[in-house]
Amino acid sequence: MNPKQEHIVEKAKVDDNVVIKIEDLHVSFGDNHVLKGFNMALRKGENLVIMGKSGSGKSVLIKCMVGLLTPDRGCVEVLGKDISSLDQHALDELRSHIGFLFQGSALYDSMTVRENLEFPMRRHRNKFGKEKDTLPYVMEALENVGLAHTLDLMPAELSGGMKRRVALARAIILRPKLIMYDEPTSGLDPITAKEIIELMRNIQKKYGTSALIITHDVDCARVVSERMVLLVDGTNYAEGTYGELSASSDPMVNAFFKK
Amino acid sequence: MDDGFYDNRHFSTRFASLFLSMEDLAVPMKIMERTKLFFKEVGNLSHFAGRFFKQALNPPFEFKELLRQCYQVGNRSLLLVMATGFIIGLVLTLQSRPTLIEFGAVSWMPNMVGISIVREIGPVITALICSGRIASGFGAELGSMRVTEQIDAMEVSGTNPFKYLVVTRIWAATLMLPLLVIFGDLVALYGSSLVENLKGDVSFRLYFNTVFDALSFGDLVPATIKSFFFGFVIGLTGCYKGYNSDKGTAGVGIAANSAVVMASLLLFVVDFIAVFVSDIFYEL
Repeated sequence: MNPKQEHIVEKAKVDDNVVIKIEDLHVSFGDNHVLKGFNMALRKGENLVIMGKSGSGKSVLIKCMVGLLTPDRGCVEVLGKDISSLDQHALDELRSHIGFLFQGSALYDSMTVRENLEFPMRRHRNKFGKEKDTLPYVMEALENVGLAHTLDLMPAELSGGMKRRVALARAIILRPKLIMYDEPTSGLDPITAKEIIELMRNIQKKYGTSALIITHDVDCARVVSERMVLLVDGTNYAEGTYGELSASSDPMVNAFFKK
Repeated sequence: MDDGFYDNRHFSTRFASLFLSMEDLAVPMKIMERTKLFFKEVGNLSHFAGRFFKQALNPPFEFKELLRQCYQVGNRSLLLVMATGFIIGLVLTLQSRPTLIEFGAVSWMPNMVGISIVREIGPVITALICSGRIASGFGAELGSMRVTEQIDAMEVSGTNPFKYLVVTRIWAATLMLPLLVIFGDLVALYGSSLVENLKGDVSFRLYFNTVFDALSFGDLVPATIKSFFFGFVIGLTGCYKGYNSDKGTAGVGIAANSAVVMASLLLFVVDFIAVFVSDIFYEL
């Protein structure tokens, strides 16, 4: 760990408001070492953007945070719990506090929009009551993204942008403390991308959630980020606000912000 | 094949290459690799089956999804099974008729067709037809869910995707296939009786009475039991290939295709074992 990385970890250790803490994370697939000692911390209520080139391991990183991938080495703590030490039940419980927006929306093809939104509530019947009682929650989530009229439509009947908005509604249906966005604007036209970014900001304001955004879209990073981490060669290469990083003289950092 | 293929091989291979040329070694090496891959696949499939049994018996049970899958597997295969069964019965009778007439044994037609359809042809043909329909469907559906991260989304939402997607599908195939086999057998017998009725002036009632007189408990039970195993094999291979698919959208096609191939091969292996075991019981 280099001194800069040690500083991040030390800072996270003393900060009670840390929602995600990652220390010395290593992930490899065969001979391909994707993450080589990555460190970061996300504080409560903060919007943190992780930026990196395609194939730099951003999606691998975010999947480690929700237990979809097991790292080779290192510690991943989410909402105060070490992911690697949790059994399945505890992991599912922790996941109920996390909203996740997948890169390709990942809506269930065989279910209607309503069923898609009700699906995460199945495990939390004690919180939401019987199936017929879930409709107000579904409607509220859909109204948040402006798609209340799509309740009974199938995902195949929605456009790319609408799918992303329904996926966002599904991500917030359990009122999570933390939302993770994996490339929220990828594959969308600039206008739809702007709408998604606006929705992300509104949701954060309304529910006060912390957000971790993985992207390579500089415009998205500029609008939503309070702090940014640049992922280069499997490590956190640079960290700072958008203004600080975009003004950096480091050629590697500068390459991300060149138009 | 380039020389790099041999780079990281064991010492024994490198030692052998002192006496044999690379070309001499290429074929045995390929066979060894294939054998290794085969056993790896068998191991993975067994592990997958073990995971199914572990999760199938532990609550919570996904009854609603199981019913939906039973409908998908059963109802949607009905027409295909009906058409196949009818044609098999028809063709079998038409083909056998001249030979039986030659030997003056045409009155044995219902007995011969009934026993061969119930004991072997019905279950195997129905299972093969269903492996094309069900295993490829499971492979493609789960494969596409894997590729589009729907399985990951399910896991993140706190639902066990293996239990929700795999266990319900394997149960549905296991429970529905015996019903489809019985249905297919009846339709095949009807097809056969139609030929006998038109060509041999045998009434439907006489035909079916002769068939049921010829069939014994020992014909029906092993055939029904093996249909459960056929259903299990079809569900297992379809789900195994789909759930573990990768390589993007191309992987979906590969999963569907290899699911049918694997299921069809395993069906014959299971059939051989079933016939072998039931033969032991006949001899007792």
